[in-house]
Amino acid sequence: MAQALTRIKETPSQTAGPYVHIGCNPNFIGNSGQYENDLGSNLINENTTGERITLTGKVYDATGTPLKDAMIEIWQADCTGLYPAKNEHRGDADPEFNGWGRCACDFDTGEYKFESIKPGPVPFNDGRMQAPHITFWVVARGINIGLHTRMYFPDEATNKDDPVLGRIEHKSRVATLIAEETSAGNFRFDIHLQGENETVFFDI
Amino acid sequence: MTANISKPAAGFYQRDRTWQPPAHTPKYKTSIVRSPRLAPISLDTTISEITGPRFDHNIIGELDNDLIRNYAKDDGSPIGERIIVYGRILDENGRGIPDCLIEMWQANSAGRYRHLNDGTRPPLDPNFGGCGRTITDANGAYQFATIKPGPYPWPNGPNDWRPSHIHFSLFGHAFAQRLITQMYFEGDPLIWHCPIIGSIPSKEAIETLIAPLDLANTIPMDSIAYKFDMVLRGQRSTYFEN
Repeated sequence: MAQALTRIKETPSQTAGPYVHIGCNPNFIGNSGQYENDLGSNLINENTTGERITLTGKVYDATGTPLKDAMIEIWQADCTGLYPAKNEHRGDADPEFNGWGRCACDFDTGEYKFESIKPGPVPFNDGRMQAPHITFWVVARGINIGLHTRMYFPDEATNKDDPVLGRIEHKSRVATLIAEETSAGNFRFDIHLQGENETVFFDI
Repeated sequence: MTANISKPAAGFYQRDRTWQPPAHTPKYKTSIVRSPRLAPISLDTTISEITGPRFDHNIIGELDNDLIRNYAKDDGSPIGERIIVYGRILDENGRGIPDCLIEMWQANSAGRYRHLNDGTRPPLDPNFGGCGRTITDANGAYQFATIKPGPYPWPNGPNDWRPSHIHFSLFGHAFAQRLITQMYFEGDPLIWHCPIIGSIPSKEAIETLIAPLDLANTIPMDSIAYKFDMVLRGQRSTYFEN
């Protein structure tokens, strides 16, 4: 016999289901009057420092059909690479930057949209730098546990040295994490849950 | 605002993927086309996942954790069994997590959601919205008042029913801890027939989603209580890298 490890197990995940908006985006479905704003609606304001970007995209299922009932959250550093978090100990992030955004996909088109700023690079655990990226978390009916992925920027010289991208064995799949700049400052990042272009997801 | 001085940059325990539901669970049909088939890339948490958004207690309105009253009109009151749900948010080390935002949503006592896409037969309750939120106290404790949601049929197999349940969205202190789950009620015979619950591999894990009736904490002649603790990923206490 040895001593017991007194750890307890994480609560099992369950799908967010089709009615996630009731709790997370009530104004989006017209259940107004309870909360002033849906949380996560704004990452930036006019005083936020940084290069403005717009992120749009859809989440596709195995048949190529966009999900109409997905909810996406993003989390990112400010333009200097600091997270606006209480456990960010490297310095104080821009107080005008929220860092976290939440968007329900459009019921007709499946499109999501975030207005933000381009994040700065942040360190990896071994001291190397990670290329600028935005963490994505996707939930929906039919998704049993929230999916973590990341969006990187095209034409970013540091992508080739990014330690996370470097861990992807099948190099052809790296492209699934690189957004497309459709016009200056406008980035498109589609997520494919399954199929030929299945997005890289992280167990992280 | 004082910073919460936890250890900087200590990683989180990896998720136990044998305990959590896998992505592809064919009895829950929608998962078939919405499940990744390639292996996820396993990585230790980085600062991008160790950090996460925090929410101030001042965003919470007075009635946000009272679903009996927060949508009621004038002197109205929702129909159904009045309940209190209370518990703690813990980490895997067993410590309470303060300042966790908890958002909850549910059907009314007839099993109908206040959602424009729910066109099922049971009636809406004019005094019930089914939406609430709260933030845990310094010990990780939370509570809210509501009406026990009803079970309802849903299109999956030809005759599938969801047991009574409340949805929870949880934020810890790290984006790696982000979790959405559902709470079920002790003694509900539909639990063991539900394909969504059946996505969880073990009976032991499923039982952690079933809230026991707590008669000792009932409010006599008013509301009965259910206790529901939830556990988020824990942070390593050893950190010798670099």
